[in-house]
Amino acid sequence: MFIINCPYCGERDQQEFKAGGEAHIERPKQPSELSDDEWAEYLFMRKNIKGVQFERWNHAHGCRKWFNMARDTSNDEIKLIYKMGEKPPSE
Amino acid sequence: MKNKYSVFSLIKNAFSYHENWQRAWKDPTPKKEYDAVIVGGGGHGLATAYYLAKKHNIKNIAVVEKGWIGGGNTGRNTTIIRSNYLWDASAGLYDHALKIWEGLSQELNYNVMFSQRGVMNLAHNLQDVRDLKRRTHANRLNNIDAVYLNTTEVKKFCPIINTSPDIRYPVLGGTLQQRAGTARHDAVAWGYARGADEMGVDIIQNCEVKGIKRIGNSVEGIETTKGFVKTKKVGVVAAGHSSVIANMAGLKLPLESKPLQALVSEPVKPIIDTVVMSNAVHAYVSQSDKGELVIGAGTDDYISYSQKGSHQIVEGTLNAILELYPIFSRMRMLRQWGGIVDICPDASPILSKTSIKGLYFNCGWGTGGFKATPGSGDLFAHTIANDEPHKLNAAFNLNRFVSGDLVDEHGAAAVAH
Repeated sequence: MFIINCPYCGERDQQEFKAGGEAHIERPKQPSELSDDEWAEYLFMRKNIKGVQFERWNHAHGCRKWFNMARDTSNDEIKLIYKMGEKPPSE
Repeated sequence: MKNKYSVFSLIKNAFSYHENWQRAWKDPTPKKEYDAVIVGGGGHGLATAYYLAKKHNIKNIAVVEKGWIGGGNTGRNTTIIRSNYLWDASAGLYDHALKIWEGLSQELNYNVMFSQRGVMNLAHNLQDVRDLKRRTHANRLNNIDAVYLNTTEVKKFCPIINTSPDIRYPVLGGTLQQRAGTARHDAVAWGYARGADEMGVDIIQNCEVKGIKRIGNSVEGIETTKGFVKTKKVGVVAAGHSSVIANMAGLKLPLESKPLQALVSEPVKPIIDTVVMSNAVHAYVSQSDKGELVIGAGTDDYISYSQKGSHQIVEGTLNAILELYPIFSRMRMLRQWGGIVDICPDASPILSKTSIKGLYFNCGWGTGGFKATPGSGDLFAHTIANDEPHKLNAAFNLNRFVSGDLVDEHGAAAVAH
């Protein structure tokens, strides 16, 4: 349980939010040309990092907007919140 | 040679104030080389080592565990054992385990306190009723005992349930698997550890894996906090940390690791003599031999390795418990904890070879791995020893995520994963 600073609404309790999983998984540009292995990679395979992970969150019981978060999954500490469409931070 | 546990050994040791019991397993330093190394000293890992030694005659085995054995999800679950799964592949897998449970205490000479007190799953809406009836039929076709109960029969089997039609999610019926039940979770790890140790397996605690060494596409050994260990076969049984180990070998798995919580109440006199699970409102309850109510809550939706979950998950579970069992309204909760569960997209486990020769994974058990412990160990040992899956775990390979041949127990099993 933690507090999330929604980029649109400010600090709110985590229970207002819905986790959307790993961020920056790009939808295939040419789906019809994908091999089964590539489909499996896109649909199912996940980094599932212990440490700082980039992920998507949705303020489901608030503004309902999506945003990105860099969070340390080993202690749930939020490192950075950035908007959809922005590149992940390098550090 | 280990002394056999019996009523006579108990009496004998009583005379020396129980101060002279033999150590149940040794505390060895790692050898330079093993025929097989199991990463993860939980129930599944220890069972794997036990069956490798017992049935496949591989004696030079190590189990490496970063903490202490049985200190992860083996010691954190709600100890429910059942095999009433919908799909044939799952039914085969879980009922294989249940059959081993039935003779496990005798086999291990260690009382795992397996108690076939029955598991009842409740239906709260018409779709639940249809799903549970369908599952009952599917179970019976797979030779798994299952009966459908109407509301009156539910009330008769477990009188403290509130079956009033005017509660928010009324009880419309339920299923009962009489052979299902519970076991003492720690005893399972300890019993397998003792059995494996007796056959020469080295159980190495406080030894964390730091890397997997490969030459070409074959495993050569593992780097640990206690040095390099050479081996051609590595079986990873690391539950929530499976992806961490996979990343060391350059593999990606279809897993997400999430916190799952459970809690127990203060101990009270016997009040519930079965296990009742409600999928729709998410309330699982049974009573331990100490008298505590054992309550399983749900998973959080975010990835975390922190072994703690959100308060609202526990709150939601207790709301549901109170509506179904008004008698518990003044019970106090004693302890609450979290474990990290590795969940597959289809909520079915992976017991599989990988693209790397000599590297095997047993993971993805998600929220329901405890029940499968003996079967999982047996089948994973078979897979490692023969470099081929047993027919009962063939469907649970990694390649199913490429072929699309998923074992979709999400919603199909008797529980929300």
